[in-house]
Amino acid sequence: MLGKTAGGLYWMFRYLERAENTARLIEAGFRIALTRSDDAEAEWKSVIVTLASNAKYKTKHESYDSTQVVDFLLRDETNSGSVLSMVKAARNNARLTRTALTSEVWYAINDTWMALKDLLEDPIPETELPAVLATIRQQSALVRGALVGTMLRNDMYHFCRLGTALERMDNTARIIDVKYYALLPSPAFVGSKMDNVQWETLLRSVSAHRAFRWAVDDDFAAPAIAKFLILDGRMPRSLAFCAGEITKNLGHLADNYGERLGSNDQADALQALFKGRDIGSIFEEGLHQFVSRVIADTSQLAGQIERDYRFTG
Amino acid sequence: MVKTSTFFDEMRSADGARDPYVKYDAWFAQQNNERLAQKSAEAEAFFRRTGITFNVYGQSDAEERLIPFDLVPRIISDKEWTKLSKGIEQRVYAINAFLHDIYNRQEILRAGIVPTELIANNDAFLPQMMDFTPPGGIYTHIVGTDIVRTGPDDFFVLEDNARTPSGVSYMLENRETMLQMFPELFGSIKVKPVSDYPKNLRRALEASAPSSCEGRPCVVVLTPGIHNSAYYEHSFLADQMGVELVEGHDLKVVDGHIAMRTTRGYKVIDVIYRRVDDEFLDPLTFNPTSMLGVPGIMDVYRAGNITITNAPGTGVADDKAIYSYMPDIVKFYTGERAILKNVETFRCSEPDTLKYVLDNLADLVVKEVHGSGGYGMLVGPAATKTEIADFAIKLKARPSNYIAQPTLALSTVPIFTDAGLAPRHVDLRPFALMSPKGVSITPGGLTRVALAEGSLVVNSSQGGGTKDTWVLED
Repeated sequence: MLGKTAGGLYWMFRYLERAENTARLIEAGFRIALTRSDDAEAEWKSVIVTLASNAKYKTKHESYDSTQVVDFLLRDETNSGSVLSMVKAARNNARLTRTALTSEVWYAINDTWMALKDLLEDPIPETELPAVLATIRQQSALVRGALVGTMLRNDMYHFCRLGTALERMDNTARIIDVKYYALLPSPAFVGSKMDNVQWETLLRSVSAHRAFRWAVDDDFAAPAIAKFLILDGRMPRSLAFCAGEITKNLGHLADNYGERLGSNDQADALQALFKGRDIGSIFEEGLHQFVSRVIADTSQLAGQIERDYRFTG
Repeated sequence: MVKTSTFFDEMRSADGARDPYVKYDAWFAQQNNERLAQKSAEAEAFFRRTGITFNVYGQSDAEERLIPFDLVPRIISDKEWTKLSKGIEQRVYAINAFLHDIYNRQEILRAGIVPTELIANNDAFLPQMMDFTPPGGIYTHIVGTDIVRTGPDDFFVLEDNARTPSGVSYMLENRETMLQMFPELFGSIKVKPVSDYPKNLRRALEASAPSSCEGRPCVVVLTPGIHNSAYYEHSFLADQMGVELVEGHDLKVVDGHIAMRTTRGYKVIDVIYRRVDDEFLDPLTFNPTSMLGVPGIMDVYRAGNITITNAPGTGVADDKAIYSYMPDIVKFYTGERAILKNVETFRCSEPDTLKYVLDNLADLVVKEVHGSGGYGMLVGPAATKTEIADFAIKLKARPSNYIAQPTLALSTVPIFTDAGLAPRHVDLRPFALMSPKGVSITPGGLTRVALAEGSLVVNSSQGGGTKDTWVLED
């Protein structure tokens, strides 16, 4: 397959994943704004910082007002990270790689774009926000479902899955770095009971608050949450899970092509960061240092994948 | 302007439905308008979902638009089609022979049949193609011949599109849409299929590979990219043929061949079906700022290591000034009279003719010699006095840039409207494929229809729509 096509598929699924993650963050922020209006401003700011959009945001707005933040993140076409911009970018990548996609996947992404273009045409009133966010997540699930249900398990499929896994890895790492970290005033607080609502919000940002209760504990203890988000291989947004997905899909590519490349080794090294680790040792190393390293290594791996498979030249 | 009722209607004459339409007419009489309106809306939704859209040049908003689809088919009898296809085949052979001659011995110029300055002053003439024969001697692998009709036996060629004719995806998708909407019609009316086109296209391209190519030739479609107005068609054709869709930056010259960048390195290709204009094909040879082509491809081409379809420089055969010589060109190379008639054409470059054209602008259609897409033309009978006066100034400034033709009484085929059937003017673009193995023409083609009442401009960029085109089995 063409290198450009591989890159197009990979980026299509990165954009889609990022759009979905943005919707989750907005959902969590909106909940705070509704239930604890005093904390809303800080929460919205952390959402913007998590999405690495603060510089851009500050050129347009002075305060972190709900309406402004939501509009900026959902439908501002001058913001390349808005849901609308990213769904458009994902669909453009789908047009670019159309010969590689099944018609079901094409219909799913094109329907998504048409639906969201209509839905986001005008500013979203608060009363409609939950429904809009739900639609974004549903549409994203639809595309993923079409992919999993109809694509051959060949190199094309693996590039799509790689895009999803890398983007999700980066997203979860950023949430931990910005939001979790902000909740820890000092390392001494590790282990003590924290403000339950804020922890719950953190888990909601990755749609895992119920999963956490079922799988781990009904008590929102900080180390347990960190362990869940970083090391729990059952949790499909944890760093360990995403690292596993990346390694697995790169492994399939190496099998298909009969050749192991630099990205295979880098992915193995990334996955090794989580193997056999316990959360205590991560806190000892320093959570921020650890997560920063994960973010940097993931970004380096992404660059290596682009070169190994000749996405651009 | 002439009243609509005086035009030849292909579906109904004063005595009722014309022969090819009898069965369809009977079926239509039993349909309920609401159901048809519903079907029409479904077709539009299908086109939008599938992404069968185009971008309009000159609009800053990159909004994708649909070409409206009308659900009443345009029906042609087997007998009518036989004559048309023979005429097209004859013309395609003649155009190909003309191109080979122009780029080699130039006998037609020496014989004084076509004026030398028409070639020498033609921007589409490429000196780089001189004394070179493309693989298999084929220049025009894909030709779209625009045909209009004015009466039961009166077909005229309006234009020969020998560069990169588009619209074939609509021919195929329109049929798919009709099959889905009205399967019962195809049970009772035997229509010749069009669905072999992608397979035939791939075969024609493979058969045109360089003689040095070993094994099955590697074919690709070269597109300018997703912002091109015909991008959907490019991706559709690549998909239907099962070949890669590439852009200029996917290709480069590797060891004297053209190769595409794959996830596993560069892979040599043999045939490029390019949908990029000549000017942008090779920045080293033509437009140096082009990002759409492949630097050095012309050297590889002249070395015989790649087939470019259609060949560079074919535009010299299809501009509107050459068009006026086409009956002579057909005669010169085939020894036969042209089966299909030309529309009478006034060459404004000739002083007496220019005077006639200026005196009769209100009755004529004036076109730019190199224009396309319905841009830059004057439809005299539909223009205001000011528009005519303005156009006269442009015409006098550069007469050789224009030709004029009488306003044709284009035939009509009904379209479906809220008020029932209403006649609208149509043209027809059948698609011919040429390879060293011969010419094949898909029965039917693209019927374009001017949707506005009385309008004669069928171009999609100017408010035209399309119809499925049926050629009946004998």
